[in-house]
Amino acid sequence: MVLFPAVVAQFVAGALLLVGLRRRPAIGALVGLAVLAASTAVVATRGIGASTTLTETVGWLSTLGFDLVFELDGFAVLMALIVLVLGFGVLLYSLAYFEHDSTYARFVGLFMAFAGSMTGLVLAADLFTMFVFWELTSICSFLLIGLNDKSESARQSAVRALLTTGAGGLCLLGAVGILQVELGTTAFADLVALQPTGAVMDAAIVLILLGAFTKSAQFPFHFWLPGAMAAPTPVSAYLHSATMVKAGIVLLARMSPVFGQSDLWRWWVVLAGVATMLIGGWRALRQTDAKLLLAHSTVSQLGLLTVLVGLGWSTALYAGVAHLVAHAVFKVALFLGVGVIDHELGTRDVTKIGAARRRAPLVVAALGASTLSMAGMIPLFGFVTKEKALVAVLDAEVGAAGTVALVGVVLGSVLSVAYSARFLHALLSEPDRGEHDAVANHHEHHESSVLTRVLLGAPVLVPAAASLLFGLIATRVGKWLVAPSTSLAGSAKSKLVLWPGINDALIISAIVIVVGAVIGWRAPLSVAAPHGKHRSRGERSFDAVYDATLGLAKRLTRVTQPGSLPMYVAVTSLTVAVVAIAALAVDGWPAFEGFVSDSPLTIAVTVLTIAVSIGVAVVSARFTAAVFLGGVGYGAAVLFLMRGAPDLALTQVLVETLTIVIFLLAMRSMPHSFAPASSWAPKTVRIAVSLLVGIVVPLLVLSVHGARTAPSVAEDYAPRSISEAGGANLVNVILVDFRGFDTMGEITVLAVAALGVVNLVRAAERHRRQRERENSNASAAAGSATGDVS
Amino acid sequence: MTFIRSAILDELVDRWLSKVAALVALYVTFRGHNAPGGGFAGGLVLGGVFVLQFLTGREPHLRHRPIRRPTMLLGAGLLMALGTTAVPLFVDAAPLESHIWKPDIPVIGEVKVVSSMFFDLGVFMVVVAVVLMMLLSLGARGSSLVGDDGGEVS
Repeated sequence: MVLFPAVVAQFVAGALLLVGLRRRPAIGALVGLAVLAASTAVVATRGIGASTTLTETVGWLSTLGFDLVFELDGFAVLMALIVLVLGFGVLLYSLAYFEHDSTYARFVGLFMAFAGSMTGLVLAADLFTMFVFWELTSICSFLLIGLNDKSESARQSAVRALLTTGAGGLCLLGAVGILQVELGTTAFADLVALQPTGAVMDAAIVLILLGAFTKSAQFPFHFWLPGAMAAPTPVSAYLHSATMVKAGIVLLARMSPVFGQSDLWRWWVVLAGVATMLIGGWRALRQTDAKLLLAHSTVSQLGLLTVLVGLGWSTALYAGVAHLVAHAVFKVALFLGVGVIDHELGTRDVTKIGAARRRAPLVVAALGASTLSMAGMIPLFGFVTKEKALVAVLDAEVGAAGTVALVGVVLGSVLSVAYSARFLHALLSEPDRGEHDAVANHHEHHESSVLTRVLLGAPVLVPAAASLLFGLIATRVGKWLVAPSTSLAGSAKSKLVLWPGINDALIISAIVIVVGAVIGWRAPLSVAAPHGKHRSRGERSFDAVYDATLGLAKRLTRVTQPGSLPMYVAVTSLTVAVVAIAALAVDGWPAFEGFVSDSPLTIAVTVLTIAVSIGVAVVSARFTAAVFLGGVGYGAAVLFLMRGAPDLALTQVLVETLTIVIFLLAMRSMPHSFAPASSWAPKTVRIAVSLLVGIVVPLLVLSVHGARTAPSVAEDYAPRSISEAGGANLVNVILVDFRGFDTMGEITVLAVAALGVVNLVRAAERHRRQRERENSNASAAAGSATGDVS
Repeated sequence: MTFIRSAILDELVDRWLSKVAALVALYVTFRGHNAPGGGFAGGLVLGGVFVLQFLTGREPHLRHRPIRRPTMLLGAGLLMALGTTAVPLFVDAAPLESHIWKPDIPVIGEVKVVSSMFFDLGVFMVVVAVVLMMLLSLGARGSSLVGDDGGEVS
């Protein structure tokens, strides 16, 4: 067993860092780097070139058919390496990026927890396991977007991201339920073999797609991703570009060999993907913040991946896997590079980042190379994968959906070339003289050490170099990608080449690049911000739904919780009475035999208890009523004793004693007498309700008692009491052993109630004190005022 | 409400009753396994003594002793019960499954110890803490008596 420990180690490291190394976050980060390196080693040695696929099962809810199952197949190896290696690079980068930031300790801990969740997600061999880690990534993402918890917009973005991805997670849970109930399995391998179809499966398809679309920011859920850019650069680079938003793509890749032949699946995927591609690409052309430009380009690229991976066509799947690698590599370099520029210049405005050329030429060169890869320019890896994507959709044998996909991919590529060109334009443009001085001033405050420059630069340069290298050795990289894609679908075997020769795809590419470059280069760098629109349309609709939900909840609460104790008691009692009457009407009235006692003592105590309980109802002083109520309890205790239940009697007496005292204590601050009957429930109504409940409940008790069909559990427990639990008092043995869980729950309730009492009293106390202070202030003010007058 | 005060009662409640009652409460708790009693009843016995102390006007005294922080006792009791529930899981047994030890102690002889005893002790602690917390918070007169955890004088 190595996979599970590799996942858990990252969580443990994260937890330890959050608790233990708060003061020394840099050391914590080094520990995190070591853990990531170790996990990478495990995945690489066990996964690459292994003859048999490593599978691990960790028992969890085995009786329900749910266990944590991990499998290190080709795709899992590829994704895990992306997650771990990029995680290593980004964590290294963060060492220099955060420098003086007090939130760094929290970042490192959450970062490790996220890396663990994401590793678990990509290693998952069934949908249930994936769901568990899916939710964990959502939570980590929420906490990391809101890392700067003092910024209101960061908190709002975090909530939007959490609720959107969380809703998708619920959909996924629904799909898990459907698959488990209908097919008895959620394992990807079993599902591929079963190829399930039918109306119920269509429901599962919709739920799975909703999960994938929310997570991977597909239209119409694309709005949360640009908002998530409120997080620091390392978070954006890692979670919201390279890994977490790929979770939806991973899910689609796992499920498209299962449902890819369904029209429903295909159309949803193609339409959502194409819409996302175009909206993201268009928005990216209109951003003035370089980071937001990249965020919108990520949305657009995720749309392309959705189309490729979800199309259910084997070559497209292969192209999708290849482009996923290409995107992870160039996008992480781009985000981190923009972070370096931000760090150096103190701005990310596209009209100003041209100044970075002199300050950090290597980083800008790396950014340029990655941008070319994003645009799909030869000889970078992005060109190779985009060619493959075009070939795949050109050849796709999937009918009309394929045509829509082709048009979408071509238009999307034009836009992606355009926003890449615009970004390049920004990098190469000459800033104004004044800007240059301002930037120079910033730089004086920020003289970075060599170590900082290396730590910030290396994670940008290495992936940029990889984009170039992968392009040059495209054929070999193509062979590496065969195992990952064939592990998804056996037929998805294909190859990559750097120079494909003159073919349809290349001609389309050339046209795309020319058109896109012209649009992008001529697109204005400075775009006037639209008036009064701080939020995008998607964010505004989200907020509208959010506010409406909260408003509805408030209105419902006002109706169901009016705060009137008599109302609560009346509703509860009447419900009990109605349900009991219905039960009695269906099952017949109880028999009365065996319940008539002939013992004079029993009769005497019973009569006395009844008399006292009538007393509770008629006296007008609260104090007396409480004492009478205690009397009823003591009467019941005596009855228990006489029926042979000493344990019950003992406890009843003790409880009754304490309750009276606590009652009396609480009553000191209440009016002496009961309040007069309110208008909505006059005395007659109250008496009627009481009588009804008083008659129905005993009848119900009698009929419940007579309804026993199974033998009493006591007959089972009694002989086991001494031998298994070592106790002769059966009541106690039941409490602490046989039904110990119940007791555990009861004492927890008791503890919560006590804490509630303490806090309620304290709140009332605080309220009273505040009022007193206000009163004394007011009187003091009045006093000084009169003093002035006199 | 009026509080009963007299020197003899003070002496009695102060010096002796609480000690004897604590012993009785523990006795009731531990005998529970074989005879009427148990953690719940034992906790209520000790709680009853606290009530008596309270009613004899020993409230300030109750505040400083015998348990400084009832919330800590509450948590400790819950943890002890939870621990007894969970420990059998580590030896591949069902949660709460009882284990019976019969150690031979010199002079006293063979003693039978059942693991569920610790569960009952947890119940006992929770009940004592709950009674104390309710007494101290509801019984607080004046404004400054409720401290940070319901126990300390602030």
